[in-house]
Amino acid sequence: MIKADRVEKRYGRAWALRSVSFELGAGELLLVTGPNGSGKTTLLRLIAGLATPTRGTLTVSAGRADVGYLGHEPLVYRDLTGLENLDLYGRLYRIRERRERIGMSLERFGLWDARNERVSTYSRGMVQRLALCRALLHDPALLVLDEPFTALDDRAAALLDTELAAFAAVKTLVVSTHDPERIDDFATQRLALA
Amino acid sequence: MAAALGLVFFVAPVDADQGISQKIFYFHVPLALTSYVCFGVGAWKGLRLLWTGAARYDLESYTAIHQGTIFGALTLLTGSIWAKASWGRWWVWSEDQLVLFLVLFLFYCAYFMLRFSVEPGSRRERISAVYALFGVALIPVSFLAIRLSKNFIHPVVFTRHGPQMTHSMFAAFCVAWAAVLLVAYVMYRVELAGKRIDANLQDLREALTAS
Amino acid sequence: MSAYAADVAALARKDLRLELRTRETLPAMLLFVVATLVVFHFALPPRAGHDAAYGLLWVALVFTALLGLGRAWVPEREGSVLDGLVLAPCDRSAIWLGKTLATLAFLVGVEVIALPAFAVFFAPLPVRALAGVALANLGICAVGSLVAAMAAAGRTRELILPLLFLPLAIPLIVGGVGATISPHKAEYLLFLVLYDAVFSILSWAAFEYVVTE
Repeated sequence: MIKADRVEKRYGRAWALRSVSFELGAGELLLVTGPNGSGKTTLLRLIAGLATPTRGTLTVSAGRADVGYLGHEPLVYRDLTGLENLDLYGRLYRIRERRERIGMSLERFGLWDARNERVSTYSRGMVQRLALCRALLHDPALLVLDEPFTALDDRAAALLDTELAAFAAVKTLVVSTHDPERIDDFATQRLALA
Repeated sequence: MAAALGLVFFVAPVDADQGISQKIFYFHVPLALTSYVCFGVGAWKGLRLLWTGAARYDLESYTAIHQGTIFGALTLLTGSIWAKASWGRWWVWSEDQLVLFLVLFLFYCAYFMLRFSVEPGSRRERISAVYALFGVALIPVSFLAIRLSKNFIHPVVFTRHGPQMTHSMFAAFCVAWAAVLLVAYVMYRVELAGKRIDANLQDLREALTAS
Repeated sequence: MSAYAADVAALARKDLRLELRTRETLPAMLLFVVATLVVFHFALPPRAGHDAAYGLLWVALVFTALLGLGRAWVPEREGSVLDGLVLAPCDRSAIWLGKTLATLAFLVGVEVIALPAFAVFFAPLPVRALAGVALANLGICAVGSLVAAMAAAGRTRELILPLLFLPLAIPLIVGGVGATISPHKAEYLLFLVLYDAVFSILSWAAFEYVVTE
């Protein structure tokens, strides 16, 4: 699914990611850990397709329609409602039975009641939950999650735990986290960046 | 390099009897043409960057455009001197070439501002390359626009002119142009080499401090 | 409707919806253009003919468009939404086209007020001027959207947008003013068509490279 061969990324003079190599098969879960500034976010952005490596080769066999990405930013419009945001992404990702899937997703993450409120009125936890909805909406085969437990309250975190447990069996995941214990059980590979 | 400069000064005595304004012309037009060549090279390198993604094209594109802008500025300068000698004013809007260079100068100065504004990295490389391509598209379109803009007052008859020079003048002109191109090429290589050395030095420094 | 057209429609609709909800850009552009026209009245000498006024109309339109373009990519910058759009399987050029169409809609909306205002303040506008405005709008929005995205990628954003846009807008002004005041109006309208064709295609093709790394 993912093959990285001495992948490096730099921005001008600054090295964001030093040589990284690994191979991840379908259905596996890669757990990425490391201190701040070690390149976790850069690596995940590369895998998701938001950037191309400066050196080395990175092959990801999932196309854009099959990748779900959750980054530090929620990637939602502040002045649109939760529903409108998901509807836009639903259209762009050509999701079948869009309305039903969006409804289900909002319910699952406890945002149904707030669906017609602007995202600017959401709490931080709600925004993160909406971002999760967005990332999972199109049922991607490859999930790239950058510190997904940030800003989640206990209930939402527990929900995400269950979701991840379900996903780990059928999807390929790349997760970076400060909190490795949560996911360690499911991890098939571990990558510690320095 | 010395040979190129020698050539350039050699040209001047050849037509010393023509008068100051004509002499400037021998520099002005080659400078302008060389500028176009530089911008063209810059755009070509930019296209190669977008095609292949190889980072070295960014440096080459930037250097070419840098040269082009320098020569463009010289074009404007010599053009202004020529205008003063020919019409008694430091600037004339009736000279299409000159006005075109003013527009291009503005455009390419903005190129550098754009580069300084964006953080270094592949994003900046791509944006610079796209802008360079817009530049070469702008050259003919602008020229047409400037031609058309003179129609407001009196219609311009579009005639085609030959070189309009005697053989010896034409020869001198070609020599001048060759010389200026050579100077441009040498400057380009020098600047590019300098930038590459800088980059390698930085890499070395980082490699040493990292380990 | 093809998938591409559907994407473009969804994106353009999103921009219109955002503007309807926040009402930030359009009122500002409207006020700006009317204020500019008033300023021009004081800036023009009393004996200035209609031609001078027509010239200034084009200046007003270009600068008003600049105002709008400066805000064009702001919603995508907050929360890095542009990343989300780039990740989507849609063609990146669709993002550009959606934004261009939305900006076009705003510009036309402003002109619906500005052009009659001009006619009332200064001089009546012949039909060929309207044709010129319509054609120039396309060029302004097509190039403007791309260049605004470039500017948004940097640190100095609003500061650098006019520097990038104005040299590219010069041919549009020539075309527009020529279409309004010159007896050879067809030439100028044709020139505007040429500009629109060349730079729209260029922008459409190049946008992908401006928003990806």
